[in-house]
Amino acid sequence: MQAFESSAAEIDLEPVAAPAPPLGRAIVITSGKGGVGKTTTTANVGAALAAAGKRVVLVDADVGLRNLDIVLGLESRVKYHLLDVLEEKVTLDEALVRDKRSENLYLLAAAQTREKEDVVTAQMKALIERLRERFEFVLIDCPAGIEMGFKNAVAGAGHAIVVCTPEVSAVRDADRVVGLLPGDWRPELIINRLRPHLVRKGKMLSVEDVNAILRLPLLGVIADEPGVIIATNKGEPLALDAASETGAAYRAIAAKLAGEEVAAPAVKASPGGGFLSRLGTLFGGRS
Amino acid sequence: MSGRRIVITSGKGGVGKTTTTANLGAALAKRGHKVILVDTDIGLRNLDLVLGVEKRIVFDLVEVVEGRCQLRQALIRDKRFESLSLLPAAQTREKEAVSEAQMARVVEDLGALADFVIIDCPAGIEHGFRSAIAGAREAIVVTTPEVSAIRDADRVVGKLTAAGLPLRLIVNRVRPEMVKSGDMMTVEDVCEILQSELLGVIPDDEEIIDTTNRGEPVVLDETSRLALIFDKIARRLDGEIVPFTNFNAPTLFGRLFTLWKAG
Amino acid sequence: MLDFFKSLFKPAPSSGETAKERLRLVLLSDHLSLAPEVIESLKRDLLAVISRYVEIDTDHADVTFEHREREIAMLASIPITGIVDRAPENGVRAPDADVENHVIPSLSRGCPEPVEGGHTELPPADPESIPEPEPVLEPVAIVQAEHEPEPEPEPATQTELEPLPKPKPARPAGVGRSRRRRKKYALIAASAAQTKRSAQAPLDEQASAQA
Repeated sequence: MQAFESSAAEIDLEPVAAPAPPLGRAIVITSGKGGVGKTTTTANVGAALAAAGKRVVLVDADVGLRNLDIVLGLESRVKYHLLDVLEEKVTLDEALVRDKRSENLYLLAAAQTREKEDVVTAQMKALIERLRERFEFVLIDCPAGIEMGFKNAVAGAGHAIVVCTPEVSAVRDADRVVGLLPGDWRPELIINRLRPHLVRKGKMLSVEDVNAILRLPLLGVIADEPGVIIATNKGEPLALDAASETGAAYRAIAAKLAGEEVAAPAVKASPGGGFLSRLGTLFGGRS
Repeated sequence: MSGRRIVITSGKGGVGKTTTTANLGAALAKRGHKVILVDTDIGLRNLDLVLGVEKRIVFDLVEVVEGRCQLRQALIRDKRFESLSLLPAAQTREKEAVSEAQMARVVEDLGALADFVIIDCPAGIEHGFRSAIAGAREAIVVTTPEVSAIRDADRVVGKLTAAGLPLRLIVNRVRPEMVKSGDMMTVEDVCEILQSELLGVIPDDEEIIDTTNRGEPVVLDETSRLALIFDKIARRLDGEIVPFTNFNAPTLFGRLFTLWKAG
Repeated sequence: MLDFFKSLFKPAPSSGETAKERLRLVLLSDHLSLAPEVIESLKRDLLAVISRYVEIDTDHADVTFEHREREIAMLASIPITGIVDRAPENGVRAPDADVENHVIPSLSRGCPEPVEGGHTELPPADPESIPEPEPVLEPVAIVQAEHEPEPEPEPATQTELEPLPKPKPARPAGVGRSRRRRKKYALIAASAAQTKRSAQAPLDEQASAQA
């Protein structure tokens, strides 16, 4: 059953690829530090872009520790992966998994039982180029760290989103990563897992604190909430949940990326919380 | 006599390896052991920040390996715990600057100087991971009760098992209220899935963010519940049998039910 | 009747439970290096082969994998509702010599009693409505699946007849698939020596050599 679905998907890809419109944007989502929410961000921003009608492919560059498939709930449909394509064992169409919820969203999974060193940077670059011919957005989920996997993930991209949490170690690592990105890029920042009540008590860095150090254009702020864990448990990105405020924040980020003029995410994280919406308006003017 | 050499690893980043290393090290030191912490996350070091000794770094791991300083010169002694020291990672170098054999050598040398050498491993399973485990004799795998963290931990458990390292599990960031509502996997689930023995359970506690901001291991504050938990883990590591804290304290009914079942 | 009420009040699986189930499948797939889809078709094919010999209740069949110390075992619990008429014209013959060698002898070893004991009279349509006098937890057959690369003779696991279901560590209410179903035969397929973990990469060998 699933096999039929995915082969149907392969067929309907072809005509779209034919007209060859301008190349899409390849954006790497990176952070240096692990566990700050790169994969969740990739999945949600991708899902939101697709829901807004953009053609999107998400590339999991975390060879050996893939997780984008789980976060999207597509793990049972992954048959082939990035390295299969790079090594020409299967065609790109065979390896692309179409999202079950959106016609516009595709996943190219990473190999799980291989090593990051198996990826040849030049081939990765060429692959991203091919994807850009067919998709408006190519979002690349970068592995943690700054080793080979990071280099390969960045290779084909033309833009970066840096995900950072308001914690000293995450900010330090983000700063390091920004320094390793090509000098002519202007990476954008997503601050993730903000706990407004802790900021208020002075126990957590504020958005301003973080960005006083990183000084990057702010793309969005996402609050820490249990809903994110629940969504990952289920494999359903929050961006598709119309009732979720976090989902709304992701949709706002997607709209911004797509070039729309949007007010910065007016997240309300806590019941009391005019705090984040205040932050929202603060940063709305700046970016 | 050689001290125990334990690597703290996880696969996935951001699950609390560094915080665990710092606090477990401090807890062991507090119990009178001589402890050396090694930050192997070359290029993305953070253990210095968590311990609050970042301003006192003079030499680092890479300089030791390259023979530009003595091993003892590179060790930073913690001012709060006399028997706790840190060997920091280099920040502006690549992980490849230290080979597996070189790392194994350094860790072995440190073993002669301490009761416990605790190695903070970088995220991922690349070169940094391989060299971090090279000198270790046992491992602690830190994970959180989240799907992606467990999947990555599973990869690491496989690799550690293949390398012949005995391992135990610390489940971090457990949110009892989410476990109770069924929105988070239980610690038992995690152990069952990873088929590993449990060493400790750490609840998600905002205190840790605060103490990390200030560079003070939470263990310093003896009244905090996290200090108690790290002390328990340290004792278990030391061979004591210490019962696990039950964060989902059972209701009276639950307790009766358990009694009845046991009977 | 009780089942009906149970199903009325059965809560949807919690997200924690969902997470656990998803992880099980995905890790199995990681360990076997088989796509989840392939694992699903393996289960389907397994049931198809068995149903050529006996009538089974596919809705309540349960094929799971279990990690053991050094291997992955495939465990199947498949309720048998009746015996297929084994006249040759019914096409019961296994085209595959392997299947013939393994399955049929095992069946003939484990099955004669149920056949004579009147199980053939059971209406196959709804086995659950028939109250069984006693829970029958009796191994019926063994299918051995030896792993090609490293056969690793472990007679203990491979020949043992093991009754199913194993008591699972507490599932939350409503998740247990078939708590009331008593008539349950165990069909056990063991076991693939888990080569993935022991042979992960040259780097691991190096490390273990050092250790």
